[in-house]
Amino acid sequence: MGHLVVMDDSEAQFALTSYSVSLWRQLAPELPSNVEYDPCGTLWLAVDEEEMQEVRRKQAYYSSRNVPVEVLHGEAVKQAEPNLKPGMAGGLLVPGDAVLYPPCAAGFLLRKARASGAELMLGKSVKRCLPEGGVELDDGSKLTAGFSLNATGPWSPCLSPNLPVRKRKGHLVITDRYPGFVRHQIVELGYLKSAHGASKDSVAFNIQPRKNGQMLVGSSRQYGADSNQVDPPILNRMLKRALEYLPGLADLASIRVWTGHRAATPDKLPIIGPSLQSDRIWLATGHEGLGITTSLATGKLVADMLLGRPTAIPAGPYAAARSSPCESTHN
Amino acid sequence: MNDSKFDVVIVGAGPAGIAAACSAAECGRSVVLIDETPWPGGQIWRGRQTSSRPKVATQWIDRLHNSGATVLDQTTVIGSAGPGLLLAESKGRPCRVRWDKLIVATGARELFLPFPGWTLPGVTGAGGLLNLVKNGWPVAGKRVVIAGSGPLLLAAADGLLKHGAIIVEVAEQTSWSCVARFGVGLCRRPGKFFQAVNLKFTMRNVPCTYESWPVRADGSEKLQHVTLTNGQRTWHHDCDFLACAFGLVPNIELALCLGCEIKNGFVDVDARQQTGVKDIYCAGEVTGIAGADGALVEGQIAGYCAAGADHRAEALAGKRRSWHRFGSDLAKAFALRPELRVLAEDQTIVCRCEDVALGCLKTFSNWREAKLHSRCGMGPCQGRVCGPAVKEIFGWELESVRPPISPARVASLIAED
Amino acid sequence: MRVPSGTVVAAAVAIAGESRFRRSVSGEARGPLCGMGTCMECRVTIDGRPHCRSCQTLCAQGMIVQTNE
Repeated sequence: MGHLVVMDDSEAQFALTSYSVSLWRQLAPELPSNVEYDPCGTLWLAVDEEEMQEVRRKQAYYSSRNVPVEVLHGEAVKQAEPNLKPGMAGGLLVPGDAVLYPPCAAGFLLRKARASGAELMLGKSVKRCLPEGGVELDDGSKLTAGFSLNATGPWSPCLSPNLPVRKRKGHLVITDRYPGFVRHQIVELGYLKSAHGASKDSVAFNIQPRKNGQMLVGSSRQYGADSNQVDPPILNRMLKRALEYLPGLADLASIRVWTGHRAATPDKLPIIGPSLQSDRIWLATGHEGLGITTSLATGKLVADMLLGRPTAIPAGPYAAARSSPCESTHN
Repeated sequence: MNDSKFDVVIVGAGPAGIAAACSAAECGRSVVLIDETPWPGGQIWRGRQTSSRPKVATQWIDRLHNSGATVLDQTTVIGSAGPGLLLAESKGRPCRVRWDKLIVATGARELFLPFPGWTLPGVTGAGGLLNLVKNGWPVAGKRVVIAGSGPLLLAAADGLLKHGAIIVEVAEQTSWSCVARFGVGLCRRPGKFFQAVNLKFTMRNVPCTYESWPVRADGSEKLQHVTLTNGQRTWHHDCDFLACAFGLVPNIELALCLGCEIKNGFVDVDARQQTGVKDIYCAGEVTGIAGADGALVEGQIAGYCAAGADHRAEALAGKRRSWHRFGSDLAKAFALRPELRVLAEDQTIVCRCEDVALGCLKTFSNWREAKLHSRCGMGPCQGRVCGPAVKEIFGWELESVRPPISPARVASLIAED
Repeated sequence: MRVPSGTVVAAAVAIAGESRFRRSVSGEARGPLCGMGTCMECRVTIDGRPHCRSCQTLCAQGMIVQTNE
């Protein structure tokens, strides 16, 4: 939660995330302090030579696309992050990535939208999107509009039946304040294997520092776990995994465990644009773990497409009508 | 002590927990009594030396030591790791305790109502200051103002006087006639009546005011000055401590986490102290504020019933009803006046962990929104101080509770299987 | 400093003459409020470990306590 990261899982994912992260960078000076925008960068960690090959592949990929990165070997990784377990093979530093606090970022974006004339209605549930445009509310009344946009994330299939979006549950452990314990968002390279994994429950280590010194420890992925309750077996796995990278974490105070659901699609790309139901029902959903990262680019794409303007990146890969899954750059 | 199993596990070693442990152990069950602190007695029976404790406390604690119950001190329950399995942290190490029957006797904490300057060092809870003093905090010769409502004000004054404090004033927010009516009602309870008479005598030289309350605390880096009012005029005192007692909030977090029903903010139990969750009982202040006497009765009932000796619990039914009546008399006599809910100004901090002021909170419409956008309640106290305050000020209800119900080391969150 | 056995760390800090246990996130001086381990205002660093509740911790031989001023 809160990680703004450029990802290289596929060309389409790279295009969307790099476009969006640069939009965030442009917006950063305007963001109020409660959004806690922090350009701390991402450190992708490699534990062995096999993962170092992945580091080198990523370095070539990012560099050839003008994303500044730096390969760190052994000792340099320890200097970048002194609390890491000794013996890391190395890592890739992506200084352009950042973190922020999504609820307040959403609040900021909402205020901007309202200042531009958008109207906010809270406490009203949409029963269905109308094919002729607009929505029907749960009290039976209708709001007429040219279009409706379903951006309800894990709940989007409720409004758009047959949408290939599934809930993927995640856990986070939030620590007390330990400023400087980690300096970057740290992600194990196995994160990619986990995000790839189709149906098994999986964990992968990542940790995000907040400006106030608290840390968010993740991550876990489960399908078919719809409740908000904490699942002790997967929490255990997640924490044990984290301790393999940051053994000092064991002793730190945790003050909260949080669960949430991501909106996952079969090809790991979001669905952005008109739906298959009607060209007046639009979709912006299925962002999996990259919701906050790609939010700005998603908004821009929707606006540009709706207004008939050229989009900054091709929107085809995110179309609801795409038939074949995108080729991944990994196996 | 890891992964041990007991017939009856009791959380909280205050009067209710101690009584429950004695009762269950004396019926032959294997019992463990878990408490966060190094001392048995909870909040009300705190005392390093037995001389600081009332006789009844010493009697029960001696009985506990002779009962055969195991005491697991310096152990914080973090949550439930599954049916019949508690996750805890004992002296900093992960710990699991298996139970057949569980008795939650987690007591209550003080309610804090924000007012300008309440975050200064020196502003404390009344019971809180007394406990600190009993554990060595120097108060001899220090000037103390005690404000709020209820018998705890006098109990705190009495205890602090014994440790050499100068009680500058006791400010009771309810009226003299409410207190007098309550005092007369105590005639039905001779023990409590004599307690009250004794207190009044000890306090004969202490200035007591009624229908008065604090409006601000001032000082540079620590408390130096308190302003009080009765709604018509204000007056000031130079002092070192302002000990506040606005009321008690039950510690329902563990019960909530275990799925127990909550009614009017307290854990809902039947006459056998059973909650709606199978094999889970609840006793003491967490089911309703009625003081140590009520807690002892409920603890015994829960202990006997958890041990399968319900017939022994039946004999206590009358006393239980009686102490429940005392609890409602208490709540009626010392109900908080509305002025206390509006003492805070826009720049007064309400969430002390995250420094969120009242003015910021006014922009939200419920607890969840406030938490998400201002981080109120998201700090290490997990909303224990600001939660009850915003409930009084805005009427916002607490949401569900997740483990860890108390901050715990990351290693302690891992429940090995 | 020496204190009687059974003294809590919070009391020892007070005996040493310090009323400021920690700084809040906006820099305010803070000290114990609840005296029973729930408010988290009495937290200090004990033997190098931060965020220890001093009102619930007994003083021990050789213990090193730092207020987080």
